[in-house]
Amino acid sequence: MSADRNADPLLEIRNLSVTFAGRGGTKPVEAVKGVSLTLDRGETLALVGESGSGKSVTALSILQLLPYPVAAHSARSSIRFAGEELVGATPKRLRRVRGNRIAMVFQEPMTSLNPLHTLERQIAETLFIHRHMSAGRARERTLELLRLVGLPDAEHRLAAYPHQLSGGQRQRVMIAMAIANEPDILIADEPTTALDVTIQAHVLELLKDLRDRFGMALLLITHDLTIVRKMADKICIMTEGGIVEAGPTTEIFDRPRHPYTRRLLAAEPKGRAAPADPAAPELMAAEDIKVWFPIRRGVLRRIGGYVKAVDGVSLAVRTGTTLGVVGESGSGKTTLGLALLRLTEAQGHIRFAGDDIVAQSQRRLRPLRREMQVVFQDPFSSLSPRLSVAQIVEEGLKVHRLAASAAERRRLIETALVEVGLDPEAAERYPHEFSGGQRQRIAIARALVLKPRFVVLDEPTSALDMSVQAQIVELLRELQSRHGLAYLFISHDLRVVRALAHEILVMKDGKIVEAGLTEQVMTAPEHPYTRALMAAAFDLAAVSS
Amino acid sequence: MAAEAEPAPARYSGPAPDRFLGWRITPLTRRRLDSFRRNRRGFWSLWIFLALFFVTLFAEFIANDRPILIRFQGDWYFPVFTDYAETTFGGEFPSTADYRDPAVQKLISARGRMIWPLIPFNYRTINYDLPGPAPSPPSSVNWLGTDDQGRDVLARLIYGFRISVLFGLVLTGLSSVIGVAAGAVQGYFGGLVDLGFQRFIEIWSGLPVLYLLIIMASFVEPNFWWLLGLMLLFSWMGLVDVVRAEFLRARNFDYVRAARALGVSDRIIILRHVLPNATVATITFLPFILNGSITTLTSLDFLGFGLPPGSASLGELLAQGKANLHAPWLGVTAFLVLAVMLSLLIFVGEAVRDAFDPRKVVL
Repeated sequence: MSADRNADPLLEIRNLSVTFAGRGGTKPVEAVKGVSLTLDRGETLALVGESGSGKSVTALSILQLLPYPVAAHSARSSIRFAGEELVGATPKRLRRVRGNRIAMVFQEPMTSLNPLHTLERQIAETLFIHRHMSAGRARERTLELLRLVGLPDAEHRLAAYPHQLSGGQRQRVMIAMAIANEPDILIADEPTTALDVTIQAHVLELLKDLRDRFGMALLLITHDLTIVRKMADKICIMTEGGIVEAGPTTEIFDRPRHPYTRRLLAAEPKGRAAPADPAAPELMAAEDIKVWFPIRRGVLRRIGGYVKAVDGVSLAVRTGTTLGVVGESGSGKTTLGLALLRLTEAQGHIRFAGDDIVAQSQRRLRPLRREMQVVFQDPFSSLSPRLSVAQIVEEGLKVHRLAASAAERRRLIETALVEVGLDPEAAERYPHEFSGGQRQRIAIARALVLKPRFVVLDEPTSALDMSVQAQIVELLRELQSRHGLAYLFISHDLRVVRALAHEILVMKDGKIVEAGLTEQVMTAPEHPYTRALMAAAFDLAAVSS
Repeated sequence: MAAEAEPAPARYSGPAPDRFLGWRITPLTRRRLDSFRRNRRGFWSLWIFLALFFVTLFAEFIANDRPILIRFQGDWYFPVFTDYAETTFGGEFPSTADYRDPAVQKLISARGRMIWPLIPFNYRTINYDLPGPAPSPPSSVNWLGTDDQGRDVLARLIYGFRISVLFGLVLTGLSSVIGVAAGAVQGYFGGLVDLGFQRFIEIWSGLPVLYLLIIMASFVEPNFWWLLGLMLLFSWMGLVDVVRAEFLRARNFDYVRAARALGVSDRIIILRHVLPNATVATITFLPFILNGSITTLTSLDFLGFGLPPGSASLGELLAQGKANLHAPWLGVTAFLVLAVMLSLLIFVGEAVRDAFDPRKVVL
């Protein structure tokens, strides 16, 4: 770590404001309002806030990557990097900084790599541009970088295309690209949000290691407080475009001063599921469910093998209780949920309230649909954008003819909306007018208006901000105790599962690796995979498996 | 249910729903309408086109060889709608009155009055009273001249424009309905239905349309409906792929899954949840399909395999222009009318396409 001669901080942002011009007559949006912060070598600064707080826009302004002239900075805005002003700098000067002295890692590893280029080409590109390396030297350096970020079998991966890598591996490649020119600052915009918990731990470990090794400054943008606590030296809490509190990590966690910070820190899903009656009748039971997707090969499309999405899973959900299904992406938890609802074909036995429903036709199932409902992960895609809230909620009522008259239907809709904590006036509005949490409430109202007995909750909180997650968990718990609902709660977030589930199943590669009462599995996990999952989720500890 | 859920009076005090021409529309539609309106060229093109279309719809009142209205001996007559015998007006023949006949005109004006349309010819009327051999150049009687059979070009243009646009509209409408339905079924159900249908379309689209038309023309006299039916047999395939792709994409959306979980039937899911999203592609295509249909009819007429001889048609006028290069008013007029009509539609199409483009930032 070299001390700056002129004592200027490496990066100094002062009074940064960003305004987006209004679209078609709407008012301009002030996304960032007078943000000031400094960042020095070897330091990790976490920019923490919920979605829409302006943290990503702040990060993009550093490299001047916003869609100008739709976005504009105020006259007083200043971003000085090593004494050089970046706001309004010429494109040529900016290009010298971008990817060279300040590099960025984006959130979504699935879309940040060009699918048509090999890894070697993607990484070597910045070496050619900024370092003017020869092809041979660039290849050597690329290999070195891939080894540095811990990509296994790097020599053979040079010619690989992004689709041949997993999400975690792609994020490693992104990081390799970012550090290729040994930048002074690495901006990581939610670098692990799209990754599974065990992989998240590995990637964070890597970032920390690289920062220490190269003396980089790390600007970490995240909404996840666990990550912040583990990684950051300093924190800036952002909300509504402004920084409300800034300071060293320990100080903010121990003595939060601003009410928003306090709310944010208190927002983690807390509490436990209300004790359930152990003698409650079994409502949904599955024995040895298999969902196999055939892989067809050759000209004759003969079945060459199967993708075993769900492979011999048995479970039981009792009235009034929650069964949590935990696993990483690709473990088959969502497919399991769809199979139980007969939304995807499955083999085995599925008994709902005593009837075996595996072989029943969709027509015969229709009356049962009223009693088993589902809430999906992404509240933005699960509501049709062209229907008003009333139309969305009333659809099930119409299908099952649950209301005798239009007036009664309206009343039921209003009741359902009130029950999920929405204003009944919301009925005439359209989904895009609501925030993510409110949309999820609408989706819950759609399921709830039918008065179901069994609800599959497929990651209902994953797309939401932390404080909203806590509210939704609270709401689900309340609805369960009021109506005696049975939940199948699918999630990769162990914190939320712990707050809601009575029993949990841990799934890996379509199979159950561990099952039991929540407390028991959480406190004394038996299977090594469960242990690794717990360590990664609660301590962000990377356990190599 | 819940304690606070006392039967609340069914009332909604939220903002009044947005309406357009009395229809309730979503904010999305409102945004598109505004965006369309802001595209000045497309907006005005639409109005000019609609005005032209509306005017030509009443071609019989603008260009006709009979008066619109006759006041004769205290009675009203409407020759546009009804045939009157010459004897009605005191003539000699019991056949339909020929109002262009100076003798008949004299009879009527002696004891009454006639109101003539702006252009006293319809598309079939032959003007025998020409200064020179047909085709004759533009004059105060025939504003755009006459064609090689002595028929008024302007009158033929008006009728030709109407039939072209009507043919285009009907063909576009019907082929969209069939195309969307076929695409929806294939995309939504997928699997074998999709596979079978796609192979069928591949074979069907391989049929030589032009030869079929020529063969048909040799043993039936093609009229408007014959041509429409024949063209329709092949034109519906244009939209299938687009709609099918939209359905393939949308059937895995969470809100479609949610609807299936609610027990909603396939038909309702297709109509209510998926189709509205597929209409974007359809509507964006419509003006261009309309253009294509009009061009098809024109080219068939040009080649002589189109509407029966004597019909008013832009293609036939073009063919006459080609055959009579010494009478440039034929070719130039037909060209200009076609160019203006097709350009207007393209401008409208562009505006529609941009209005439906979600990525288009309008400042």
